[in-house]
Amino acid sequence: MELVLFNLANGLIVGAFYVLMALGLSLIINLSNVVNFAHGNFLAIGGYLAFTLTPYIGFWGALLVSPLLTAVFGYFIEQVLIRHVYARNHIYSLLLTFGLGFILQDVCRFIWGPSPLPLGIPDILSLPITEELFFITWYRVFMVAVVIVAVSGLFAFLRFTRVGMRIRAGTLDLDTVSALGVNVAALRSYNFAVGSFLAGLAGVLAAGQIGLNPNMGDDLIMPSFIAIIVGGVGSLTGTLLGGLLIGVAAALTTVFYPAGAEAVIYVIMAIVLLIRPRGLLGEEGMLT
Amino acid sequence: MNENFLSRHRQLLIVWALLLTVPFWLPMLGGYTALAGRVVVFALAAMSFNLLLGFTGIMSFGHAAYFGLGAYGCGLFMKFVTASTLLGVLAGTLVGGIAGTLFGLLLVRRRGVYFAMVTIAFGQVCFYIAYKWDEFTGGYDGLRGFARAPIDFGIFKLDIAASNNAFYYFVVAIFGLAVGLQALILKSPFGRTMLAIRENERRARFLGIPIEKHIWLAFSISCFFTALAGSLYALLNNFADPLGLNYIMSGNIVMITVMGGMRTFWGPLVGAVLFVALQDYVSSMTTNWMFFVGLTFVAVVLFFPRGLMGMLQKRAGT
Repeated sequence: MELVLFNLANGLIVGAFYVLMALGLSLIINLSNVVNFAHGNFLAIGGYLAFTLTPYIGFWGALLVSPLLTAVFGYFIEQVLIRHVYARNHIYSLLLTFGLGFILQDVCRFIWGPSPLPLGIPDILSLPITEELFFITWYRVFMVAVVIVAVSGLFAFLRFTRVGMRIRAGTLDLDTVSALGVNVAALRSYNFAVGSFLAGLAGVLAAGQIGLNPNMGDDLIMPSFIAIIVGGVGSLTGTLLGGLLIGVAAALTTVFYPAGAEAVIYVIMAIVLLIRPRGLLGEEGMLT
Repeated sequence: MNENFLSRHRQLLIVWALLLTVPFWLPMLGGYTALAGRVVVFALAAMSFNLLLGFTGIMSFGHAAYFGLGAYGCGLFMKFVTASTLLGVLAGTLVGGIAGTLFGLLLVRRRGVYFAMVTIAFGQVCFYIAYKWDEFTGGYDGLRGFARAPIDFGIFKLDIAASNNAFYYFVVAIFGLAVGLQALILKSPFGRTMLAIRENERRARFLGIPIEKHIWLAFSISCFFTALAGSLYALLNNFADPLGLNYIMSGNIVMITVMGGMRTFWGPLVGAVLFVALQDYVSSMTTNWMFFVGLTFVAVVLFFPRGLMGMLQKRAGT
């Protein structure tokens, strides 16, 4: 039972990561039709920036500042590279972000070195929450709390701010939004920055748990794709659900059949595609 | 008449004249014949992929799966069943092709980036299986324990095991058959329908063309050819590599196609030459090969989206 509980908790945490990554990806796909292959590298950059900043402003400061810097970096990348391919065949945006991922990974390796680095977290967070639940440190609870805050913040941003509402409207019908006088190019840039912010935040959190290495994002990007496919393209709530679902499913599979932990998320995807091709909460006809 | 034939088939003649004389001129340029074998194998994979991207307008980003399944299918068959080269190639082609046909069933109703994402995910399934199933596939280290064997044609024996040149010509012969078949498919009514889907899917649908069926068929054909290339790749190295299944390999296949020119028949072959040359050169010059390969990807997308052949054709005004 304890093992199941442990893995359930673990699954929620892993799922929370997938959610952060996948929500950022999903935002960008919805509004710009770009699958950002380099999203995992944005995550790594967020983590490494936190590593560099921690000695000066501490972990808490880095937790705030590093995602913001990642967002600025994402904004810059969108301006310089990605916006040039919006009007072209999708294959170009895939290739572009694919190549960008290679570049960023080598840049991280060049600046911070190829060997893994630890990110120091405050002592209070590394303690277990109780004697019996020794396997759950405060850091894990903290991660989940941060993810909850970030996701709620994102949904509030999309619902209550002007830019957020425009992003949601643009997801449904970009032409009309543009015809109503909204600067769509700028909107896409802001949106990309928001997606990058989430990746950066995931990077800081991941760095505190598993440390840093130049390809730390690679293992997270594929589950994020699957979270989006399972949840349904076009639906952020779907992505949220998909991320948690595959995180928990993978963790629970570990209890009974450890070798199948990675396979199970693909099985879930295949089942969803078979019986509900548009994804759990995807709308009929969206982006298909 | 004769002159007309020459000018009409100029590209074809140039391509085959160069391919068939590789063992004579490549060493003079400082290359080796195995390098040319790699070019031809990648070219076959990319041309097969281009049936989808360039000629049907469908974007798969997971063709490494069928390439890699071809390689593993061929390797496993030769290791565990019988060491016959030709049967191994056949087995690899069938494994990759059938897998692609089945995956295709789940794919046909997706479009655009969604199609691409699902193909990537399927690709990674195959990668994880090869990676995790240690005792059968060799896991991380890849599959060894098989080697190409001489082929006995009765009248003569083609020793592809000992002679690199003989193996190169074996690969070129299969390449020729495969791309000849591809050209026939593109010329057939089915091939014309693929073009119609690429140009305007909605209009094609209104004409009563069963789009999903055609895309599925095109996907399946493309996967069989890609798997054939994968089997040859296993023979080339006497080794099947799990990284050949990874999405990075898929990206390379896409890159080869785009770099050469995705709207042209021979573009992927040109792309394969450029790609293999670049890969060979960069990895011998620096350990930061990822940076330079990535930079090439970005540069091609931003500045040369038509690819080399596309640019040449535009200049020639055809």
